[in-house]
Amino acid sequence: MELLHVFAQHYNFFITIFLMVSGLYVVIARGNMVKKLIGLGLFQTSVYLIYLTPAKIIGGTPPIVDKAYTVYSNPLPHVLILTAIVVGVATLALGLALTVRIHEAYGTVEEDEIFAKEGEI
Amino acid sequence: METFVITVLLTLLAIVTVAIIRQRNMYSVVILSSVYSFLMASVMLVLDAVDVAMTEASVGAGISTVILLATLYLTGTREYPTARGTGIPLFVSVVVGAALVWGTFELPAFGLADTVIHKHTAPLYIEMSQKHQMPPNIVTAVLADFRSFDTMGEVTVIFTAGIGVLMLLSGRRRRDEVEVVKVTESVETFGDDVADENEPDGPNGSAA
Repeated sequence: MELLHVFAQHYNFFITIFLMVSGLYVVIARGNMVKKLIGLGLFQTSVYLIYLTPAKIIGGTPPIVDKAYTVYSNPLPHVLILTAIVVGVATLALGLALTVRIHEAYGTVEEDEIFAKEGEI
Repeated sequence: METFVITVLLTLLAIVTVAIIRQRNMYSVVILSSVYSFLMASVMLVLDAVDVAMTEASVGAGISTVILLATLYLTGTREYPTARGTGIPLFVSVVVGAALVWGTFELPAFGLADTVIHKHTAPLYIEMSQKHQMPPNIVTAVLADFRSFDTMGEVTVIFTAGIGVLMLLSGRRRRDEVEVVKVTESVETFGDDVADENEPDGPNGSAA
């Protein structure tokens, strides 16, 4: 029962870790470059969750000042993650541009085929 | 209530993640990652991060999906299974996951107000933004007033990434032009060949 209680309280963290590990698995195990970048995106979003989950106060409101409320969630992680999301999409765009160039040079975006062709060239 | 909503949303996120991993059609994967971003935006909304939720919905589900679809148009939509086994990646993932789960046991439970991160800088930011007549949205106040140099650095990063993408893709256009020139040359030589072949026939044809 004690264990179940701990599990319920930390469910957010467990799902976050599952998302992170799934992203890691996709990046390592899959050969398709676009899929790898999507895996990297999974990993990134799980990091956003790690930051935002502790910032929440149950019964609090979003950090917008109003006389009717006194308890606000922590605004600092929100600011950091706002920056991280925008930098993340910049990274994704750069990675996809590289993928397009790789496809042009090798005619494929599969890692195995690229390694096979690299020996020929 | 908030805990219940967030539990349901996170479970949906985990299901969508499994679908993303298993799906081999890249078009489906991109659409699923769009669904994932919208679910993530909903989670952020429940976590009181309204600004982050808006950004995630517009950037994660909007722009990312568009550029991923554009890439699929240029590279193809099928993912092929790799020759390598999935044993080592699975092992690495499970070990990393187990270590992280072990690390969470000492963390405070979800949604408590008296944890460490709510006690030091956050009350100061809230208090000072009201004292100095900053925007009522504290996230905006921190982003644009307290940490505006940070935001300038972020703009620099986006600018650099934009230059990188432009350079990579403009090299591509030049290569296309070269290919077009080659194709035109081959068409011309082909035309010459046809003309050469026609010449002997020409007089015969006219004689007939």
